[in-house]
Amino acid sequence: MSVVLVDAGGTNIGSVRYALQRLGVDAQLTSDAAAIRAASHVILPGVGAAAPGMRRLNEAGLADVLRGLTQPVLGVCLGMQLLCESSEEGDTTCLGLIPATVQHFERRPGLRVPHMGWNTLTATRTHALTSGLRDGDSAYFVHSYAVPVGDYTLASCEYGESFSAVIGRNNFFGMQFHPERSASVGAGLLAGFLAL
Amino acid sequence: MLSRRIVPCLDVRDGQVVKGVRFRDHLVVGEIVDLALRYRDEGADELVFYDITASPEGRRVDRAWVERVARVIDIPFCVAGGIRSVEDARDVLHAGADKISINSPALERPELIGELADAFGVQCVVVGIDSLRDEDGQWRVRQYTGDPSRTRALARRTMDWLVEAQERGAGEIVLNCMGTDGVRGGYDLAQLSEARALCHVPLVASGGAGTPEHFVDVFRQADVDAALAASVFHSGDIAIPSLKQTLRDSGIEVRS
Repeated sequence: MSVVLVDAGGTNIGSVRYALQRLGVDAQLTSDAAAIRAASHVILPGVGAAAPGMRRLNEAGLADVLRGLTQPVLGVCLGMQLLCESSEEGDTTCLGLIPATVQHFERRPGLRVPHMGWNTLTATRTHALTSGLRDGDSAYFVHSYAVPVGDYTLASCEYGESFSAVIGRNNFFGMQFHPERSASVGAGLLAGFLAL
Repeated sequence: MLSRRIVPCLDVRDGQVVKGVRFRDHLVVGEIVDLALRYRDEGADELVFYDITASPEGRRVDRAWVERVARVIDIPFCVAGGIRSVEDARDVLHAGADKISINSPALERPELIGELADAFGVQCVVVGIDSLRDEDGQWRVRQYTGDPSRTRALARRTMDWLVEAQERGAGEIVLNCMGTDGVRGGYDLAQLSEARALCHVPLVASGGAGTPEHFVDVFRQADVDAALAASVFHSGDIAIPSLKQTLRDSGIEVRS
């Protein structure tokens, strides 16, 4: 197995890398197209905003590289949102690999945004990636924008409304929460990705 | 359903965890990584590390221990102390912190909040507010509380600053109620309730936890998203698993 972390200037690269090390996998951090294409598993981390995130991928020539991948690809948090068609955050065109538009949480009284903290996951489809999830499992979320529920949703979460916690289409997957900071539940989901 | 968070706070001085009473007289309570792992195993939902001397001494947080914590911990953690610029924050986030918290530097230069939110997103920008009630009954902000000889009382009203911090891009507010800190008589429910009414981002209560019932009260009466405490956890007087059971029995959603 050769796992790479796409280095597009995101800031949670360190913590994702350490989480993989705790699973016994030493992931290479790279922005090299050939190394990314050659990997068995590709992870796109990301903390920050959609527009600078996409700008970094485009400037590094990585957007088309990612679109052309056939091995399992996992976007984490902003990385998941970048897999979608577009994001309302900064009116950004994203990678277009998941047919969804990333939306800001609806502004309503009493709904505190960002959605921050541990929230329960509900598997909505059977998939090898989420086969380890149990009823009542929680993951750690920190985000203001979310992917609506659709055919691509593998697990959902409730915060004012239902939104996608885990998505998947073909070989492209995303987790809105931070698996690297979601204790044993997150470690189990990362292990599930590495087993794909 | 979103859980209420229990957040042990580790005050860091010279690479060790310390605890004072009313922000003074600090004693060493243990090594950073040992305590971080202990709280993780006991079911803490998040950890906050305050480098309490970085800001008054005008130096940056030491990224070496941030990286050591990030390697072993699989729950989120926030780092505070001495973050004065986007570059300082990037350093700490790259070392593996999930959020950064700013307090005195935000008071020196409020624009910093917006600069950090633009660079990293509001979700990792926490503003800590140290607040004390003055004789006229108003809560006002204190600065440089890590060093009693430099602590300053500001003219700024706590509630005004809380509103401004959110407008500038704070994604979470930690309200340190100095009047109740360290004496274990319960959280400052009056102040936190007033803050809650003005706070549309997550609000973290800090200062005063002494018994599990104090946590029940602060979640029920002040409707905060998280409760932070230090000495009751460091001393072992409150164990997190039994605290969570008390909260669950009171109908408060917590992570199992």
